[in-house]
Amino acid sequence: MSVTAMAFYLFAITGVGGSLMVVLSRNPVHSVLWLILAFFSAAGLFVLMGAEFVAMLLAIVYVGAVAVLFLFVVMMLDVDFAELRGGLQRFMPIGLLIGLILLIELGLVYGHWNMAENADALLQSPTPELSEAHNTLALGQLIYTDYIYLFQASGLILLVAMIGAIVLTLRHRVDVKRQNVVQQMHRDPAKAMQLKDVKSGQGL
Amino acid sequence: MDGFFATNLGTLVIVIGQCLLVTAFVMISLLFLVYGDRKVWGAVQMRRGPNVVGPWGLLQTVADAAKYIFKEVLIPDGADKTVFLLAPLASFILALIAWAVIPFSEDMVLANLNVAVLYIFAIGSLEVYGVIMGGWASNSKYPFLGSLRSAAQMISYEVSIGFIIVGIIISTGSLSLVDIVKAQEGNWGLFNWYWLPHFPMVFLFFISALAETNRPPFDLPEAESELVAGYQVEYSSTPFLLFMAGEYIAIWLMCALTSIFFFGGWLSPIPGLPDGALWLVVKMSFFFFLFAMVKAVVPRYRYDQLMRIGWKVFLPMSLIWVVVVSILAFSDGDDRNLGGLWARWQVEASN
Repeated sequence: MSVTAMAFYLFAITGVGGSLMVVLSRNPVHSVLWLILAFFSAAGLFVLMGAEFVAMLLAIVYVGAVAVLFLFVVMMLDVDFAELRGGLQRFMPIGLLIGLILLIELGLVYGHWNMAENADALLQSPTPELSEAHNTLALGQLIYTDYIYLFQASGLILLVAMIGAIVLTLRHRVDVKRQNVVQQMHRDPAKAMQLKDVKSGQGL
Repeated sequence: MDGFFATNLGTLVIVIGQCLLVTAFVMISLLFLVYGDRKVWGAVQMRRGPNVVGPWGLLQTVADAAKYIFKEVLIPDGADKTVFLLAPLASFILALIAWAVIPFSEDMVLANLNVAVLYIFAIGSLEVYGVIMGGWASNSKYPFLGSLRSAAQMISYEVSIGFIIVGIIISTGSLSLVDIVKAQEGNWGLFNWYWLPHFPMVFLFFISALAETNRPPFDLPEAESELVAGYQVEYSSTPFLLFMAGEYIAIWLMCALTSIFFFGGWLSPIPGLPDGALWLVVKMSFFFFLFAMVKAVVPRYRYDQLMRIGWKVFLPMSLIWVVVVSILAFSDGDDRNLGGLWARWQVEASN
């Protein structure tokens, strides 16, 4: 077995094992940690396929940002693990049924899939040969030169979605004390402090 | 002998040897970093600093490390044992493996990846896990609060560091650290380096590096006046040593990155003097000295101030800078209309 094959099986086994443990582990925080392992194995598989840019992106975006967010939320949840496990047994048949239906649907789709005869050539045509340009360069040219308008449009859609989310959660609270940093920095002791002569027994 | 090193086993031996060499460099410099750090604070506070073990106290850190290792490992009763021990390991190992792509000179680099910057960034964004896992697994209030703070802080400053690096990448036209240093080569010595065309970003990068490595004045994850010691409260002996070593290795890495991105890596500052790995170490040591000075001189920030600077000051500034650099590099172009200050990519001979 070559080194590449050994690495592939290592990543594949940890990937599948990690994903299984995401579902099986009882502690949600452990689930997220297993999920990170699964992401990592996927990144390793990408490196093996020669797509190191996608691999690094997977690590940065999913492991570095999304999984941190998950972990953040899950750590602060107040969950009763015993209750969760009770629910698992009750909903198991429904879950299995949905899984089975999905599997059958996927099978049906795959059975009737018609591939264009020159599908491989079509897929490969936009990128230059790996010997000419490494895949980071190739991806950059595709996204920022050939398909720049589509890329900008998808960016705009994401921006609109973000603005929408902010608008939905925005509320103006009047009972909060806010600080104006510029104002704070321009305060001086002469205006901020006052010396008062307090008479005994009277107070201010 | 040549025959042996050409075989698979020989290559493996060479690779492992190189890895050990880089690890040895990092670990040995670590011993003197901690010592230097303490000496600088000592000098600023008009104390002597460590001066008992070895000549001028040079072996103080060795004694400290031995003490940590021989102490008993205490694990709190309610802690999640596996995650509790995994956290310091993660923080130490992640800090160490980032060194794989650091070029000490043009040929002295473990792995000259063409996505080295992304690799550093990926590893850097993982380092937050050591802190979060440690804080959560301790099953205690202060560590948990400390880890939550740290997670938010490290993610916030990663964003601005990312944008600052984007500017460098636009100028270089490559994600490889070796290419970034080579692009700063020229006849003018230190005036060819990126600190000049990317001047304001040098300060932003340095301050973000302080925040990213949880160094004072941004050491809020372990703010001892509020959180005892943050995520490290429940740790003792070797696990604590690993956390501390990981922190210092990350700082040392940030010093290396500052030198590589803005100060020409292994290049010599004076034209005519030979380039070499020694220059990189000298530059790194200088930035470490600055890190130590900042810790000694600047008081700790308040958490909301830290977040405000990260999101409302650094992020817009670095974002605008990306646009400015893009315009400058574009008008510089392949013809180097602006003297090649901003456009430093290799013009392909065939086109």
